[in-house]
Parts: sequence; C-alpha cells; structure tokens
Amino acid sequence: MINVNVNDILETINMIKEENLDIRTITMGISLYDCASDDVSVVCDRIYDKITRTAENLVSVGCDIEKELGIPIINKRVSVTPISLVGGKYSPEDYVRIAKTLDRAAHTLGINFIGGYGALVQKGFTVNAANLIESIPYALSETELVCSSVNVASTKAGINMDAVAKMGSVIKKTAYLTRDKESIGCAKLVVFANVPEDNPFMAGAFHGVGEAESVVSVGVSGPGVVNSAIRRAGQCDFSTLAEIIKKTAFKITRMGQLVAAEASKRLGVPFGIVDLSLAPTPAVGDSVAHILEAMGIERCGGHGTTAALALLNDAVKKGGVMASSHVGGLSGAFIPVSEDAGMIDAVECGALSLEKLEAMTAVCSVGLDMIAIPGDTPEEVICGIIADEISIGVANTKTTAVRLIPAYGKKAGDSVVFGGLLGYAPIMKLSDYSCADFIARGGRIPAPIHSLKN
Amino acid sequence: MKAVVTVVGHDNKGIIAKVSAKCAEVGANITEISQSVLKEYFAMIMVIDIDDITMQFTDFVDAMRKLGEENSLDIRTMHEDIFNSMHRI
Repeated sequence: MINVNVNDILETINMIKEENLDIRTITMGISLYDCASDDVSVVCDRIYDKITRTAENLVSVGCDIEKELGIPIINKRVSVTPISLVGGKYSPEDYVRIAKTLDRAAHTLGINFIGGYGALVQKGFTVNAANLIESIPYALSETELVCSSVNVASTKAGINMDAVAKMGSVIKKTAYLTRDKESIGCAKLVVFANVPEDNPFMAGAFHGVGEAESVVSVGVSGPGVVNSAIRRAGQCDFSTLAEIIKKTAFKITRMGQLVAAEASKRLGVPFGIVDLSLAPTPAVGDSVAHILEAMGIERCGGHGTTAALALLNDAVKKGGVMASSHVGGLSGAFIPVSEDAGMIDAVECGALSLEKLEAMTAVCSVGLDMIAIPGDTPEEVICGIIADEISIGVANTKTTAVRLIPAYGKKAGDSVVFGGLLGYAPIMKLSDYSCADFIARGGRIPAPIHSLKN
Repeated sequence: MKAVVTVVGHDNKGIIAKVSAKCAEVGANITEISQSVLKEYFAMIMVIDIDDITMQFTDFVDAMRKLGEENSLDIRTMHEDIFNSMHRI
C-alpha cells in the first residue's frame, strides 16, 4: 500500500492533466574553464567535446523520468560558463565561431536551448567581455538555440552605464539582423542586474563562476495550479489566500525536488538547486496574470495589481522553500508579456502599461520580460528603459532583467508572433520624451549606500 | 516498488479484464483497486507492485497507454514516488 489516498492521487493527476502542471526545465550547468586555449579552433573543439560528452544522457534521462513519474518535462537545457570568461584572447569573429559551436553541440544533444553566451560587466569591461558583447548580434542571428545574457549592474558594484549604453545598440542590431524572423534574436538576449549564477531558466541561464564542474538544476512551473486553487477557495481573506498559495507552491516544488534528485542520481552529476518560479506559457490556463485576476483584480494592470503580485511572490517562496533542500535561481513569479495569455490580453485591452509592468517588477523575481516595442525606438530610449529597470534591482538588492524586442518595421499597436513557449506580443507604446543627454554622460552610477554591509 | 495506474473513460464491458490481463502478462501484481462508475464514466485507480515486471518500467508505461488508446480510455501509469513526494513531508 502506498502512503497516499485516492484524493491525493486524483489531485496530482488533475494538476498535470487539467492545470498544466509541468517541470519547465532540467538544466545541466557545465564548466568550460578547462577548454581554454589561444587557438580558437582548439577552444571550439574542446567546448564541443566537453558539452556533448558531459550532457550526453541529459535528454534520454529527462524523457525517462518524464515517463516514469508521469509529469511533463518541457525543456532540457544546458548552461555553460559565461563564454567571455573562458581563457584565451578572442576577437568578436572568434566569439561568433564559439557561438556556432555551442549551437552545434546543442543540436547534437537534442536539447532545447543552451545558455551562457555572455559576460559579467557590472563594474567594467575586460577586452574579452567587450569583444563578446560586440559579437552578440551576429552570434544570435547565426545560431538557433544559443541564449545570451549580460550582467550590467549589481548592488555591490553599482551600474555600469557604459554597458547599459552598449546594450542599447546591441539590442537594436540584434533586432535588425533577425528582422526576417520578427527580431526573435532579442528574445534570446537578457540584460541583468544582480544576475543569479545558478538560474536554470532561459535566456538568462549560465553556469556561475563558483559552481562545481557540472550540476543539474530544475525549474518548476505551475501558474495554472495556483490559479485553480485560488478560484476554488472563493472569497477568503488575505491570510487564507497566502496559505492556499503556500500549500500549492509546496506541492509544486516537491515535484521539482523529486525530479532534480532523480536526474542528479541518474546523470551522476551533483544536484544544484530547484528554482521555484511560477513560469507561465501562452497556453490557456497557464497564466500568472490570471492568478492576479483570480485574486480580485478585474484586469491585470489595474490598481491593486502590484500588491496582489507581491503577496503571490512572497507566498510562493515561503511555500516552496521548505519543499526543497536547495532553492536558488530566480525563484518567484515571472511576468513575461508575450509568454502569458493573460498579460497579452491585458496589454491589448489597455489595462497594462509598461510603467505598471515596471512597478510590478519591484516585487517579483524578474523584470521587463519579453516586451515588444516599436522597431524605430531610438537606442538611447532602450538604454533608458534598461537603466530604470536595473536601478530597481540595484536599489532593492534583487535581480532584475530586461528582455526587450524592438520589432523591426513594427509600430505601437502591431504585434509580433514568435511561436512556441515564446508566444506573441503586442507592440507597447513608449514615452516620446528623450533621455539621450542622460545616457550620454557615461561612466558608472555608484553602488547604493546599503551595499556597504561589512 | 509500486506504481499507480489510473483508467478513465466511457464505461464498457471488460475494461478491468483488459487492464488486469496486461498487468498479469508482464508480471505486475495488483495490490489494490478502487473503481466506480459515475453516470456513463468509468474511473479506476489501481496500485500495482512493479518489482517483478518483465520489461522496463518506461516500456510498461507506453504499453498501458497504448492499451488505453486501443480501447478509447485514458490510462496513466505513474511511479509512486511522485505521489509520496507531493503529499508526504
């Protein structure tokens, strides 16, 4: 006799079958430090060999676990050491060759994405970091599965505004070079503040500098399960609401912990973390916006939305943290516009603006995520949006990120369709006023006073 | 080790016979059955012992799903670990 009753069994099956509960990703982190060489051909060979050897069984193990436990595992991914930190001296063209190598390794393995084509420049640029950032538009336009992230700020270091300025042009160029595919390259590029080094979610995943040789981490999902639980509870007070979310998050995270432990055992790779994020998909019933609406906000973006999201984010963490031995990554509610049916509807009906999204990012785990903006947006405006969002992260000692798509040839009111998990996005309107003189100052914004904790 | 088999679909003659015959064929021992018919819908939860099954568990999961498809039923086979981890601290 197993230790659960019929109702528990039915609850679990209902979560999977009707409420879109899934494991979003099993991500294997792989260190590439030992692939260093001055000869880029040698580096590419070493990187390809190491990734395809280390993650050889990732997809088959993921599929086996999925089948045995009956829980869908949507993506299998690999994250690697930030490529700018792999020793050697490389030009932007060399870096594009490395990006193509990563892409080839990802295709060989049959994984969904590979992350780590990035740099950490919160305080300044090394020559390699500058060259890598220069190469990003070409790398993203000439590969399919490679994801890129750049950390431009931290609470300890302040904001590298030269990096912010640079990323404005990198994003625009990436949009232009992938203009025949709705500027999709930008969907694989994130600008971070306080980037977590063990995040299994794309596009920001990389294998952090203090990580082991290789680790396996899991990102859970489950907005639909939380939404249903809240709707079932009906009209209850906030304490009860928080309890319901905590209990649901606990159950979701337990599943993530089980999958992570099992994957770790079968792959012979240490368990890293469970990222207990609520990650939406464009599928009906898998929306974070709909959770906020279930709490009593008529449309996501209405007044009260930020408070509802703060409650949700906090309760998810409290419920999830006890369910896993190691929690990490982003761990909170995601609010990507294009990947969430409720967010898309809220933007299209005018309930949700960019300004409200920015406020929401102050109380949840990510930032301005998967937001399509007009293709003719000036570089400095993109820099201004990045600087605003990054400041929220730096001042609040939390991660924030920006993933904007200045969709080439599109204007406010149009939409872009990416397909799959990336969904589709209405183009959002921006302020017409310039911040060019502010961005042109250059240099660094100093770290906030509360960074001095020692 | 145990697994949970759930069978849901329109009621028909011989559902239990077909499912239990498949279990017997591969050496899965049925330890518990809970079954009911609500209006025209058939629902059954079976707990089976899979220690002595003669095929890989993943193949057994596929075989049961296929049996379901052939008989217009939704048959899911899930390892007990998922229920224990979700509902027991």
